[in-house]
Amino acid sequence: MTLALVETAAKIAFVFGLNIGVFAPLLGWVERKQSAVMQDRIGADRADVFGFTIIGLFHTMSDTIKLIFKEDFIPRGADRIMHTAAPALALIPALVAFTVIPFGGHYTLWGHNVNLVVADLDVGALFVFAISSLAAYGVVLAGWSSNNNWSFLGGLRAAAQMFSYEVAMGLTIIGLVMFYQSLSLVTIVEKQNEFWHWGIIWHWPAFILYFTCAIAENKRIPFDVPEAESELVAGYFTEYSGMKFIMFWMAEFVEVVTISALCVVLFFGGHHLPFVTDAELISGLGGALYPNFANLAAMGIGILTFIVKVIILIFIQMTIRWTLPRFRYDQVMALGWKLVLPASLIWIFIVGVGILSGIMPRP
Amino acid sequence: MGMTPEEKALGDSVIFTQLDKVIGWGRKYSFFLYPFITACCGMEFMSVAGPRYDLDRFGAALPRFSPRQADLLMVVGTISHRQAPILVKVYNQMTEPKWVFAFGACTISGGMYDNYATVQGIDTLIPVDIYVPGCPPRPEMVLDGLIRLQEKVAGQRGQMGLQKGIAPVGEADDRIVTGGEGSI
Repeated sequence: MTLALVETAAKIAFVFGLNIGVFAPLLGWVERKQSAVMQDRIGADRADVFGFTIIGLFHTMSDTIKLIFKEDFIPRGADRIMHTAAPALALIPALVAFTVIPFGGHYTLWGHNVNLVVADLDVGALFVFAISSLAAYGVVLAGWSSNNNWSFLGGLRAAAQMFSYEVAMGLTIIGLVMFYQSLSLVTIVEKQNEFWHWGIIWHWPAFILYFTCAIAENKRIPFDVPEAESELVAGYFTEYSGMKFIMFWMAEFVEVVTISALCVVLFFGGHHLPFVTDAELISGLGGALYPNFANLAAMGIGILTFIVKVIILIFIQMTIRWTLPRFRYDQVMALGWKLVLPASLIWIFIVGVGILSGIMPRP
Repeated sequence: MGMTPEEKALGDSVIFTQLDKVIGWGRKYSFFLYPFITACCGMEFMSVAGPRYDLDRFGAALPRFSPRQADLLMVVGTISHRQAPILVKVYNQMTEPKWVFAFGACTISGGMYDNYATVQGIDTLIPVDIYVPGCPPRPEMVLDGLIRLQEKVAGQRGQMGLQKGIAPVGEADDRIVTGGEGSI
């Protein structure tokens, strides 16, 4: 009992630390530095601690210090409670969605079975979509409670956009669920043990559709109409300053990580190395002689593989963000309802025909 | 900067100066700009912000178009009396701490526009922290001005508390400009 409690606490600490402690600040730096490299600039590199600059990593620290000591502003006529609660409402769902994502497999350590996921839900995929749609509340409340025209318009746009793409995003993974016959993300990862069963092999159209929807759901460029700077000042967080303002950005960065992690789990085999199954990995590391240490090493390799895959997908998202211009608002809506939604419905039909006719052998 | 009540009571103790140093260091490398660009100096500002001179090296390349999130008000170009109330409003909307960068001769003294339509220096309207002359200033001069501003910000003392907005600057030139204020 205590052991299970300690294990769960350790996993929660790992997921939370990875997201808030490592990825969220690091992505702020990556966004700056990658844009600098893509635009043939040097980028932020002057902030120093005792003369060390470490390619500008300290700029994240100086930004944080400045934002903590910045005036916290609530506009006149704003709803004080909602205005304060909205950033948290935007950030928390992004973190909670990560609890059902498996970042490793099953391992036996000294007779104790470790399953590297905080909560192994049977409806994991549904849980992710349910929780991520809650993030819309934070955004809409931020726009509404600020008592500002631009914020309000941004909040409305965000609501319309997030609900539109929610529908398409749910439909894009139906084909995958039919293929793996499970909604549990742990089971889906287990069935991708062999390389030829990875989701991307058969379901690459679903991956493209899902990735498009996910970026639109996250409201990043090219889908950043809710905060369109040339039209709405800064969109739904126009009236936010200091840490509250940066919490919206942290939510955005954590969602980038969550999207990447979910793509890895659904389409890229989770923690599995290509062409090496879990059993082969453990026996290759000397599982017969030192089962505990082989399991421990396999766990480390599994987590590392997962994180490397996530980082590659984050890199792709950042490249998209710094490459494409912003869609017009009607174009965003037209893309969602007239292209992605019908395409995902057609893809469900194709997968159904493929499975029934035996062309797509189920793992 | 004036002394805070804590500093007056305790003297210039080690804790205060050290925290001031850390806060100053954080603010120094993290200017979020509000580009208030009205005239031809804007081209030179784009050049500074662009790849060749790269303002981002100093951590000052993130433009925030909401004054609530900005730290440094970049006033770039001629400010006419028609534009003055908007500038004052944007300055008052910015959250503390905030600094003002007067970019180019027109913002400092009206430049060559010595006439009834132009504000003869924005320091008649709002407090200015750094003046960079030139018509327009070279990008090197802008970078020099930014580094001097960084030194000034890092050396500021008495920034312990979370500052609330000080008394807003009065609406400028009511006699000349009639009506025409924004609705927001």
